[in-house]
Amino acid sequence: MNIVVCVKQVPDTWSERTLRAADSTLDRDAADAIINELDEYAIEEGLQLAEAHGGEVTILSMGPQRASESIRKALSMGADKAIHLVDDALAGSDAIQTSAALAAVLQRAGFDLVILGSESTDARMGVLAAMLSERLGVPQLSFAAKVETDGKSISIHRQTDYGYDTVEASLPAIVSVVEKINEPRYPSFKGIMAAKKKPVETLSLADAGIDPASVGLAAAGSEVVSFEKAPPRQAGTIVTDDGDGGIKAAGFLAERKFI
Amino acid sequence: MAEVLVLADHSGDTVKKVTYELVTLARTLGEPAVVWTGPGAADAQARLAEYGAAKVYAADSADYDDYVVAPKAELLASLIASAAPAAVLVPSTAEGREIAGRLAVKTGSGLITDATAVDGELTATQPIFGGAIVVTSKIRTGTPIIAVRPNAVSPEPAPAPGAADIVPTTADISDAAKAAKITGRVVQEAGERPELTEASIVVSGGRGVGNADNFALIESLADSIGAAVGASRAATDAGWYPHQFQVGQTGKTVSPQLYVAVGISGAIQHRAGMQTSKTIMVINKDPEAPIFELADYGVVGDLFQVVPQLVEAIKERASS
Repeated sequence: MNIVVCVKQVPDTWSERTLRAADSTLDRDAADAIINELDEYAIEEGLQLAEAHGGEVTILSMGPQRASESIRKALSMGADKAIHLVDDALAGSDAIQTSAALAAVLQRAGFDLVILGSESTDARMGVLAAMLSERLGVPQLSFAAKVETDGKSISIHRQTDYGYDTVEASLPAIVSVVEKINEPRYPSFKGIMAAKKKPVETLSLADAGIDPASVGLAAAGSEVVSFEKAPPRQAGTIVTDDGDGGIKAAGFLAERKFI
Repeated sequence: MAEVLVLADHSGDTVKKVTYELVTLARTLGEPAVVWTGPGAADAQARLAEYGAAKVYAADSADYDDYVVAPKAELLASLIASAAPAAVLVPSTAEGREIAGRLAVKTGSGLITDATAVDGELTATQPIFGGAIVVTSKIRTGTPIIAVRPNAVSPEPAPAPGAADIVPTTADISDAAKAAKITGRVVQEAGERPELTEASIVVSGGRGVGNADNFALIESLADSIGAAVGASRAATDAGWYPHQFQVGQTGKTVSPQLYVAVGISGAIQHRAGMQTSKTIMVINKDPEAPIFELADYGVVGDLFQVVPQLVEAIKERASS
């Protein structure tokens, strides 16, 4: 099975994340960059499926030069090879443009299964699996908490507000995963050493056959008008429980008319 | 006045509150036209009228519930072509955003998700990075598609009810949109509690709750004030509460009127999912827990003492 896992490098949630004043895009230099957490679950799922059914796991990442660090981490977990779509003209692309660029690369590379994290920790839109499915004309199996495949058909548990739906489709397909699905492995020392020698194909927009005018900030479907730091919350009242903490809390709720 | 399409979120003929919120918002942007998928439109008609819906496009095929997302996006695309709306509003839920994403690709339109306000110029306000930064943005291509966060707008009946004329809509669903078939639904949610992202009040438990059985305490507090139950990642990772109730960066984002955090330290991962809540109450034995920074009211104390007393006090007030 030919499995492609899409990986995004994101600013670490633990560092302060800001937008750049000049063009309201993410300030990638201001924060530590890490692999998007849910993508690690996608990689793990890809590796487990390849181990069970045979085949290769290819990492696909679109992002600046620095994203090669995240690609190496994915390879050190055990993926076989990687494609890095990197081009200055991609800067500022929105989800719609990103999905177009990734779809072009996926079409060129070929796949039986594409796996993504269900959302990124920076943009948090959770739309890429749906958009790739729409563009590539293959089934959307998103928010998967469980995946089963026999190499021809695939079924998942799609997590919902009330529990889950079971969803079935034929391969090729797009899957996005939630963190319930597995426990991502840590790269072993051997894995880290091996990753250094694994092939990473670097593609420019021209290599991938993507029109540079169709991507990037200037062609994005929406524009940021302004942004500002959210005002800090007013300091609240903190009491220490002296045996009547619950009664005091009820008093607060009554005062605010919640009870 | 141009139509503003509102995708109804409903379960059978039970209309979810976010639908009324979206219709309320749509009234300020144009003429609200609700898009109803599956059966039940006629039963909901009067309530949609009350909130000002001028029209209800009713596509009553059961197929909308039998396939993942794609048929709903197709329906909206066909209505964009025939009705030329000023904008399309969908709930910013997991499924709503996916529908919006497919629709944006289909129609070459721009997309904004997680909006908490939209003004008459269709400029949308979005909190990002867990609420640390507030962005205003505008769509510049195609038909603006805006996913609006549940609980962001307060639903208000219209000064004069809308006509809510039912317009039967039979768009053919393509085979491509039927590629992912839903073959079963498993309901794990307990009881009559409101849905997490919709609820006006959310009570969440974290590591301090200690084990799965103790979540009964969180549930009893939630039930005493009609709240939904949430959980921190520590609690869902430990298997104490089902994963779909996780509030936080890798779970749900909620903005209820009241959020009660019990035994939750307030790691950034959790704060990202709840810090735009209007009022926040915290119960935690560790006075240094970062969650207290967000608290409008905090009790430093043992949750096993404080919560039962709180539940009692709420019940007493309710019966007096």
